[in-house]
Amino acid sequence: MTIDQISPGLVLIVSAFALPFLRGWLRAALILLGPLVALWLVWQIPDGAMLTTKFMGLDLVPVKGDRLSRLFGTIFCIMAFAGGLFALRQARTIELSAAMFYAGSAVGVAFAGDLITVFVFWELMALGSTVVIWSSDTDAARKAGLRYVMIHLLGGVLLMAGIVDFVAAKNTVAFGIGPIQEVLTVNRPGTWLILAGFLINAGAPPLSAWLPDAYPESSPTGMVFLSAFTTKTAVYVLWRGFQGFDVLIWIGLFMVFYGIIYALLENDMRRILAYSIVNQVGFMVCGIGIGTDMALNGAAAHAFTHIIYKALLLMSAGSVLYMTGKRKCTDLGGLFQSMPLTCICGIIGALAISSFPLTSGFISKSMISQAAADQHLALVWFLLAAASAGVFLHAGIKFPWFVFFQKDSGMRPPDPPWNMRLAMILFAALCIGLGVWPEPLYQILPLQSVTYKPYTGYHVVEMLQLLLFSGLAFFVLLPFMKRTLTISLDVDWFWRRFGARLAREFAIRSNRARGLTADRMQNRLEKALETVFHFHGPKGILARTWDTGTTTLVIVGLLAAYLVIYFV
Amino acid sequence: MADKHDKPGDLHWLVRPQTIRRLWVVFAVVLALTVVAGLFVDLPGHFVWDGEFWFFAAYGFATCAAMVFGAKALGIFLKRPDNYYDD
Repeated sequence: MTIDQISPGLVLIVSAFALPFLRGWLRAALILLGPLVALWLVWQIPDGAMLTTKFMGLDLVPVKGDRLSRLFGTIFCIMAFAGGLFALRQARTIELSAAMFYAGSAVGVAFAGDLITVFVFWELMALGSTVVIWSSDTDAARKAGLRYVMIHLLGGVLLMAGIVDFVAAKNTVAFGIGPIQEVLTVNRPGTWLILAGFLINAGAPPLSAWLPDAYPESSPTGMVFLSAFTTKTAVYVLWRGFQGFDVLIWIGLFMVFYGIIYALLENDMRRILAYSIVNQVGFMVCGIGIGTDMALNGAAAHAFTHIIYKALLLMSAGSVLYMTGKRKCTDLGGLFQSMPLTCICGIIGALAISSFPLTSGFISKSMISQAAADQHLALVWFLLAAASAGVFLHAGIKFPWFVFFQKDSGMRPPDPPWNMRLAMILFAALCIGLGVWPEPLYQILPLQSVTYKPYTGYHVVEMLQLLLFSGLAFFVLLPFMKRTLTISLDVDWFWRRFGARLAREFAIRSNRARGLTADRMQNRLEKALETVFHFHGPKGILARTWDTGTTTLVIVGLLAAYLVIYFV
Repeated sequence: MADKHDKPGDLHWLVRPQTIRRLWVVFAVVLALTVVAGLFVDLPGHFVWDGEFWFFAAYGFATCAAMVFGAKALGIFLKRPDNYYDD
């Protein structure tokens, strides 16, 4: 076995199992070096199938490399490293183990050359992420984690059903030869089942509620990991499997506006950021739907930059939660005074998510709108422009404003411990670095047929006008955005309330039926016991003690009867 | 720096009313500059209006206002107390 046959994800998965047995500097070294070794391995895998095997007559390709695999593998490993640094001394070991396992599985998906391998790592990701949620060890997290794993197991079932149809139609599980809708044709149920399985993980409608329901219940460090892998592996498989599939444009646009509207209504800072994950993944899904080389490169680049700035935003929010124990905007405010570094890093993440010029979001997201303009998709382009302004509104200003400014909450917590600060500084530097110098990222993008220049007068003026006037709208309309102690109903109402009520209703009826049956059974049993008691009880006819005379008489009678029967 | 605003009633310089007034002035100037900049760059204009120098400013403000009020209208139906699922 050569080095390019090792799935880089396995290094992280093995590290995850070794971690609980290590202490002190060995533990820290494993958390930080594991992802770096995996990153090195990512770049040892050349193009093509590196490892093949047979399973039930199907050709499996557990390790297959190309530009897209290496791009996603790279960012997953960088994320695992920075997340590990952020969580190094604060997270429980079980959380760190689960997070490494989860990251390793995501890398596994990125290098999977067939659908069975995708499926296996897909399910491992669901397991790892659920344990990350449960690690926060609160009652709310236990319940949310259970709801989360149910939805993801459903996604896995849909995916497996789709794969079965794929095998039935084509007798192969090869993944990434061409878009699935072209290989299978849109008429096959398999196409739609696989798409549904992928979209559930992307946070697409109708089941997007799992994301803002579960992620914010994780620990301050846990959500940093959660934000990166599940939705972005979904983007990865959609990119490979469904590029140019028109319906994705509209699904993506729905996600974009769903994220904005729900985040505007939200009071919990981490739930605001959770909705904005759906919003950002919407841009990528839309780009994959447009399907031109420019759009696809834009979607891939946006996934890369998004992982960094979203993790940075969640590190900033996580630091606030870790230091204050508070999540609600109504309880926060004025923290810029005592947490300057957390505030500045949060603002850098907020500017990057808003695609401000000189930040990483600017050099990636504008490619997707450019692709819409190039294809003359007027409605899509206008909606994407409105959405860009909306991102600044719901995340770019709302998050830093309500957490670090607005009113003075009176709290004066200091910045978090050194490792958390260092992780934030690293990702803030990457947000700005990629924005100022995008070439290294452009060079590793999957499609080299397109070139894109982000810094033209047009792009810069377009973005600055959109964003700054969006900012003006925010401050002018601030009285209409007063935070309230509320949540907003979402599709999860159906399984948290409607389902529960339905179950309770059935429980009442079935309880009554059970009660009636039990009563009837008891009556019968009592009657049977009475009969037995009547004959065999202390005064029962069969339990009496007879005197010798009576006994003799009965025996004489029996013998007489016997004689009569014998002679007849 | 930190000890200067620890006394009660003594606001951090960034949140003093005069600083906020100054920030608004700076913000207004920057807003005006971005619109003026629209006159000097070549806006390709793929569709209607998007080649006008003021377009993105007006569009950004208008769509954000629409989203805020749209969200507020939806909120009437969707908002619940945040302990809604707790029982």
